[in-house]
Amino acid sequence: MTGSIAGIGAGLAAIGAGIGIGQIGGKAMEGMARQPEAANKIQTAMLIAAAFVEAVALFAVVVAFLTK
Amino acid sequence: MNNKRHFTSKFFRAIALFTLFFILALNNAKAIDTLKDAKTTVSDTAKAGIKAEKEEDISATILHHIGDSHEWHFWGEGENKVAIPLPVILYTKNGFVTFLSNKHDADQHGDSIFTVKGQSMVNFEGKYYYPSATKYADGSYVKVDENNIPINDKPLDVSITKNVLALFISVALLLIIFLNIAATYKKRTGKAPKGMQSALEPFILFVRDDIAIPQLGHKYAKYMPYLLTVFFFVWINNLLGLIPIFPGGTNLTGNIAITCMLALCTFFITTFSGNKSYWKHIFNTPGVPWWLKFPVPLMPLVEFIGIFTKPIALMIRLFANITAGHILILSLISLIIILKSVYVSAFAIPFVLFISLIELLVGFLQAFIFTILSALFIGMAIEEHHAEEHH
Repeated sequence: MTGSIAGIGAGLAAIGAGIGIGQIGGKAMEGMARQPEAANKIQTAMLIAAAFVEAVALFAVVVAFLTK
Repeated sequence: MNNKRHFTSKFFRAIALFTLFFILALNNAKAIDTLKDAKTTVSDTAKAGIKAEKEEDISATILHHIGDSHEWHFWGEGENKVAIPLPVILYTKNGFVTFLSNKHDADQHGDSIFTVKGQSMVNFEGKYYYPSATKYADGSYVKVDENNIPINDKPLDVSITKNVLALFISVALLLIIFLNIAATYKKRTGKAPKGMQSALEPFILFVRDDIAIPQLGHKYAKYMPYLLTVFFFVWINNLLGLIPIFPGGTNLTGNIAITCMLALCTFFITTFSGNKSYWKHIFNTPGVPWWLKFPVPLMPLVEFIGIFTKPIALMIRLFANITAGHILILSLISLIIILKSVYVSAFAIPFVLFISLIELLVGFLQAFIFTILSALFIGMAIEEHHAEEHH
């Protein structure tokens, strides 16, 4: 039972991370469309920010594993 | 001439593509093979009428695949098992003992005691313990708590396990490749790259131009050896983890101990190369209202914790990404077993192929992210603050 509750928690965290990464990706696209010459810099910054957001979802997955 | 070159590049591209698909197909074949073994046990338990155990069994198989072990398992269970036994090195009460893992490995249920160097031990689920004096209800000499975790004393295990051997292999591979490249660079200074060097120079330049220089500025040269090492170590191990046959197939970068060591390296380099302004920004952050620092040092505390959370996040990120990828591939194949229908494979196998290709990308991306974040943290530590206006 605790396993399934932990799974729900991991799912909720995935929703949050999904919104976050969606925002990052969308805004990066916008930025690149406005300034194509800065695309490389934007892409790097986007990946770093996405990594930070993604880490939160992964923390949730790890916690879900631990409580199982 | 131009036409010929065009042909060879196309030819090589085709070969590379075929190799890729071959490897991925093998990957699936092997996973199905092991899951077939799981299936036989599943049908046994189904006969006994225990439904819950089926899912337990599949998740146990998956966890066994991504975990560490005293043998390098290929296929089969029990009598038909094909595996490379690896040396077990234990520091027991009577000193060091060594033996091959298949020598005292008749079963892993903890019900047969063996004696090495006057020290009796049992093997329980792949780990070695000192046996209890009495046999317990389940037939083993190992006492378990309510979560099925053994609580017996155990010797210090410094064995060459599957992950350690995989580490040796990947380090040997890295040394062969990069000592070769370093020699070529010395010999051919100022000339065009050749052979292995030209294959990997784009990546070396990528690490220098896209990771090191933007984050570290003009002091990048000092940290290049570390960044290159970490990048290629993580990348090669991610890729080896995706190869199912012998030298690969381990979950090395999905092992928390390995990522912990990598993160510790970044932590120590960051901490020891931190300059005066880095520490000032941590303990006496400029531009912050005084009541956040005195009487309760809230800001310094948060900044101080930040020193440790950054490498910890680095550690968890790599570990969780690679482990999640391996679990995802295995779970998708397990769908065939769980839903008990061969037609599911029409959906599962192409999807596994797709995820495997994504994992190739993730393997590179995680190596890149680990390296760029290491560079970022080091860059924050060595940054010079000339002016105060940008606070």
